[in-house]
Amino acid sequence: MSEHNDKDILVRIRGLRIEGQSGDHWTEIVHGVDLDLHKGEVLGLIGESGAGKSTIGLAAMGFARDGCRITGGEILFDGTDLAKAGEDEKRKIWGARIAYVAQSAAAAFNPAHRLIDQFTEAPVQHGLSSRAQSEEEAKALFARLQLPDPDGIGLRYPHQVSGGQLQRAMTAMAMSCKPDLIIFDEPTTALDVTTQIEVLAAIRDAVEAFDTAAIYITHDLAVVAQMADRIMVLRHGNLVEEGETRAMLAAPKEDYTRDLLSVRSFRRPEHPIPAGEAPLLKVDNVTAAYGDVPVLHGVSVDIHRKRTVAIVGESGSGKSTLARVITGLLPAKSGAVSYDGEEMPLSYKQRGKDQLRRMQMIYQMPDTALNPRQRIRDVIGRPVSFYLGLTGKQLEDRVRELLTMIELDPDDYIDRLTTELSGGQKQRICIARALAAEPQLIICDEVTSALDQLVAEDILKLLQRLQDDLGLSYMFITHDLATVRAIADEVVVMYQGKVVEHGPKTEMFKPPHHDYTDLLLSSVPEMDPDWLDKLLADRAEQAKQGRVLKAADH
Amino acid sequence: MAQIMKMVAQRFALGFLTLFVVSLIIFLGIELLPGDIAEEILGQGATPETVAAFRRELGLDVPAHIRYVEWLWNMLQGDMGRSLANKREISELIGLRFGNTLFLAVTAAAISVPLALTLGVLAALYRYSFYDRAVNVVTLSSISFPEFFVAYILIFFLAVTYPVFPSIANISDATPFWDKVYKVLLPALTLTLVVVAHMMRMTRAAIINLLASPYIEMANLKGLSRARIIVKHALPNALAPIINVVVINLAYLIVGVVVVEVVFVYPGLGQLMVDSVSKRDLPVVQASAMIFAGTYVLLNLLADILSILTNPRLLHPR
Amino acid sequence: MDATLRLLRSAPPTALFGLFIIFAYSFIAIFAPVLTPYGETEIVGAEFEPWGEGFVLGTDSLGRDMLTRLIYGARNTIGIAFLTTALAFLLGSVTGFLAATISGWVDQLLSRIVDVLMAIPALIFGLLVLTIVGTSITNMVLVIAVLESTRVFRLARAVAMGIVVMDYVEAARLRGEGLWWIMTREVLPNALPPLVAEFGLRFCFVFLFISALSFLGLGIQPPTADWGSMVRDNATLITFGDITPLMPAAAIALLTVAVNFVVDWFLHKASGLKE
Repeated sequence: MSEHNDKDILVRIRGLRIEGQSGDHWTEIVHGVDLDLHKGEVLGLIGESGAGKSTIGLAAMGFARDGCRITGGEILFDGTDLAKAGEDEKRKIWGARIAYVAQSAAAAFNPAHRLIDQFTEAPVQHGLSSRAQSEEEAKALFARLQLPDPDGIGLRYPHQVSGGQLQRAMTAMAMSCKPDLIIFDEPTTALDVTTQIEVLAAIRDAVEAFDTAAIYITHDLAVVAQMADRIMVLRHGNLVEEGETRAMLAAPKEDYTRDLLSVRSFRRPEHPIPAGEAPLLKVDNVTAAYGDVPVLHGVSVDIHRKRTVAIVGESGSGKSTLARVITGLLPAKSGAVSYDGEEMPLSYKQRGKDQLRRMQMIYQMPDTALNPRQRIRDVIGRPVSFYLGLTGKQLEDRVRELLTMIELDPDDYIDRLTTELSGGQKQRICIARALAAEPQLIICDEVTSALDQLVAEDILKLLQRLQDDLGLSYMFITHDLATVRAIADEVVVMYQGKVVEHGPKTEMFKPPHHDYTDLLLSSVPEMDPDWLDKLLADRAEQAKQGRVLKAADH
Repeated sequence: MAQIMKMVAQRFALGFLTLFVVSLIIFLGIELLPGDIAEEILGQGATPETVAAFRRELGLDVPAHIRYVEWLWNMLQGDMGRSLANKREISELIGLRFGNTLFLAVTAAAISVPLALTLGVLAALYRYSFYDRAVNVVTLSSISFPEFFVAYILIFFLAVTYPVFPSIANISDATPFWDKVYKVLLPALTLTLVVVAHMMRMTRAAIINLLASPYIEMANLKGLSRARIIVKHALPNALAPIINVVVINLAYLIVGVVVVEVVFVYPGLGQLMVDSVSKRDLPVVQASAMIFAGTYVLLNLLADILSILTNPRLLHPR
Repeated sequence: MDATLRLLRSAPPTALFGLFIIFAYSFIAIFAPVLTPYGETEIVGAEFEPWGEGFVLGTDSLGRDMLTRLIYGARNTIGIAFLTTALAFLLGSVTGFLAATISGWVDQLLSRIVDVLMAIPALIFGLLVLTIVGTSITNMVLVIAVLESTRVFRLARAVAMGIVVMDYVEAARLRGEGLWWIMTREVLPNALPPLVAEFGLRFCFVFLFISALSFLGLGIQPPTADWGSMVRDNATLITFGDITPLMPAAAIALLTVAVNFVVDWFLHKASGLKE
C-alpha cells in the first residue's frame, strides 16, 4: 500500500467503532475503520459533514468528546493501545508525543494566559524542557512559522492576535514538545482564503522541517491535496477509498471520490449583456454605515435581466452589507437603488408590496431561514397568498407546482415540518419560497457555503435551471471563487467596502488585475498537488520585483 | 487600563443613577398610586380636619418635588424623619436594627458561601454521578421550601425536640459577641439552607459551562493533570461567574432576612419594616425600603465591577 | 394518546411524582367544597383541639377545623397564585415581544423601566406598595403580577431577541408582514418552550411570595383560609411539639417541589441535554 515498511508504523488502528449519543440512546457513527500512519507521513482525512473524520482524528489520540465513546477496535500508537490505556497513561502521551491543533484557535487558546505561557506549559509539565529553554524554542518556532515579531508576540494574550496568526501560534504550540504526531482538525476552515494560504504554507513547512507525522482533517479536497502524502476518503463513518495523493487525484477508484473531485468542474456558459437594454437593478454610488462605522463607500453595481452577477470578497468586504442595502434592511446613507428604472425608497418599510415582491432573497443558513415551527405548506403558501391573493384549491395547487419545480415530491413534503428536512432540502424550500413571490431578481447570500460540496453543486444546478426556465436575475454573494466560475456572468470584487474591480467573468479570470483581485484569485486552492508550491514560488518571484501580495489579516 | 477605568466609572454612574431613581420611586410612589394616603390610613371615620392635620404631619401639603429634595437632603445627612407610630427618630430606630440584620446576613454568608461553592464545584466535577443526581434532587427541593417552613422545621427539631438552640433570637446591644453568635445561629442556618441550594446550582452550571469550552479540551489534549487544568485553566476564567453567583445570593440574603427575622422575633430591619407596614407607618417603611434597596443595588454594582476587573479581555486591551 | 404514554414512560420518577402531586392538588382545589367536612370559616370546636375523631387534624386558634381550612387553602392559595402568574405572563410576554420585535426606542424605554423596577428587591417593593395602597387580595395580585412581569419581560425579550435576528423573521419583514403577524406567527411559536418552563418557575416564586406575604400578615386576609397565614396563626403550637402548623407549610413545599421537578424534566427534554 505504500513504500514504507511495517516497522515505520506509528499509528495502527484496527476495527475502530465509535458511538454518539442522540437523545437517550447511543448510535454507531464510525463503523469499524482501519488506519495506518507511518513515521513522518501526512495523512489526509477527507469527507463531508457526518463522515466522522474529526471523531476518528481525535480517536487516534484515544480521546472521545462528551457524547461520544469508543466502543471497539484497537488504536496502537507506537505499541500502546490507546483504546484501552488508562487516563494517566494517555495524559503522558498527549501533548508530549501526540499534539492537537483545533479548528478555532481563538476558542482553543485560554483567554486568561499569554501565548508564551501556553506554549511552554506542555514541555515544562511533561518535564521535557526548562521554561527558559522552551521560551527560546518558542521564539524560533514563531519565526519559522513566519509570525511577525517572534520575540514579542508570545507576550500577547490570544485576543490581541489576529485569526491567521493565532492558528499559526497554535501550530507552534503543538510542536512545542517535538511530538511524533500532530492532529490538524480543519485548521484553516474558519479563515479567509488569502489568510489560509499563509497558514497552509507555515504548517507544511514546519511539519516537513521536524519530520512530524500528521493527520490532516478537512472537507476540502483541494486543501488536502497540498498537504497530504496519502488520503483517506470517508463517508458516514466508513472508509470509501484510500491511496497516495497523486494517484488518487489522477485516477479515483470510487464514484463518490470522483464526484468529490469533479465538484469544481461545473461550468455554465456566460450570457451576453443584451445590447442597449437598461439594467433591472441599478445601485448607484451607495454609501452605508453601521452606526458611525462606515462599511460601504460609493458602491455602484448594475444587474441586467436574466444574468448572474457574482459579488466576491472576503469577510468584512461589505458584500453582505450591500445586500442589506439593496433590500432596504440597512437604508443607505446616500446614493440610490433603482429597480426597473424606478427609484426605490431606501428603507424596506417604505416600499410597497409589489416593490418587495419583485426582489427576493435566499440566505446562507437554510436552518435559520426557515421557521422551525412551520410546515412546508405554510412556508411556501404564505407569499403566494400574501402577494398574489390565492386561496383554497388554487393556493394548494400553486404550492404543489412550486415543490415540483424545486424537485421535491409534493405528496411527500407538503405537510412536513421544516425541521424534518436535510440541509439541501431546506435550501430548496427557501428557493421555492422566493419563487412563490414570482420575482424577477433573487439575491443569493452565500447560499451554498453552509452545504456539503455535492449538495451545493445540486443547488447551483437547480438555480441554473430555474434561471433558464423563468428568466430570473441573480445577485450571487460569495467568497468561493469556484462557485463564481461555475455560474456567474459578471463578477464584482469588493474589498474593504469598495468595488475594486468588475467585469464579465471571462475577463475576470484572466490577468492582469488589481493587486487584491490577483491575491484573491490566486489564493483559491486547486486540486493540483503542486499548486501551493507553484504559487509560493510565483509570489516569491513577484516579491523580488517589488509586488507584495499579503493577506488582509495583517 | 483607561478603557477599564472608563467602564468602571460608567457602572458607578449607572449604579448611582439607579439609586437616585429608586429613591424617587420609593418617595414619590404615594403620588403615583391611586387614592389619598391620609384618608386611607385614617379610615372612613376621619373628619376633614383630622385628615388635613394628618396631611400636614406627613408633609403632603408641600409640593412633591420640594418634599422630595428635603427628604433626600435630610436622608443624606442621616436624618430620616420621625415615625408616625411612636414619634421616635427613625435613624435611631433603624441604626441598631440594620446592624443586627447585617450581623445575621454576614453570619449566614460566612457559612453558606464556602459550603455552596465547595458543593457546587464538586457537583460539576463529578457530574452525572450519583452524588450529582442526589444533590440535584435535594437542592431542587430546598429551593422550593418557603423560608418559614425551613425555619419552623429547624425550630421543631433543634429548639423543641432537642433543645440545642433557642427558638427566639432576642439579642440586644448588650449581648456579648459569642452569645449573639449562638442566638443567631438558628436563623443563620435557615438562611443558609435557603440560599445554598441556589448558590450551588448556579456554581455548578457556571463550572460545567466553563469545562465545555474548547480551551479546556485543549488543556486536556496537552496532557496536563486534572488539578492543573482546574487551577490554571478553569479557575481564572471561573472567577467572574462565581463572583456573580456569590454577590447575587448575598443580595438575596439581605432580602431573605425579612421572613426569617419575623419567625425568630429577631430585632432586625426586616422585622421593623413588616411591623411598620401593618401600622402603615409610611416614613419608617420608606426609610427601610431605601436601605434594603440601596444595599441590593450596591451589591449588584459590586458584582458588575468585579466581573469587569476579572475579565482578561478587558484587562489586556488590544 | 400513545405519544403521551410514551412520554410518561420515559419520564424520570421525580417528574412522575411531580405530575401526580400537581394533579392531586388540582383535584383537591376544584372539589374543595365536596371534600371538606365543615365550612371554610365555620367555628366548630374549641381552640387548638388535638387530632382526633371529629377533627382529623384538630382545630386552629379560633376553633375551626384544620383539615377543612387546609383543603380550602389549596383552593385559595393556588387559585390566586395561578391568576397572578397568568397576569404577570400576559403583561411580561406581550411587552417583551414588543420590545424585541420593534426594538429601537420602544425597547430602550421598556427595558429601562424594567431595570429600575428590578433594582428594588421584589419583597421590599411589595411591602412598600402595600403600605400605600393597603392590603387586599386585589392589590396584592396586581402588585405581585406587575413585579413578576418584569422577570417575564426579561426572559421573553431575550428569547424573542434570539428569534427576531433569525433569517426567517427577516424574510417575513422583507415580505412586508406586519408586527402582529411577526409576533404571533414567527416569534411566539418558537418562544413557547422556554416560556412554558418559566411559567412553572414563576408560579413557584409567586406562590412562595404570596405565602410569605400572608405569613407576614400582609397577604391574603382573614377569614379566608390560606396556607401562609395558617402557619402564622398556629405557630405557637410548634413550641409545644405539635407539628400541625407545619402541615400547610409542607403543603406549600410539596407543590413547589412538584412543579420544580416537572419543569426540570421539561427543560432537559427541551434542551436535549443528556444529564
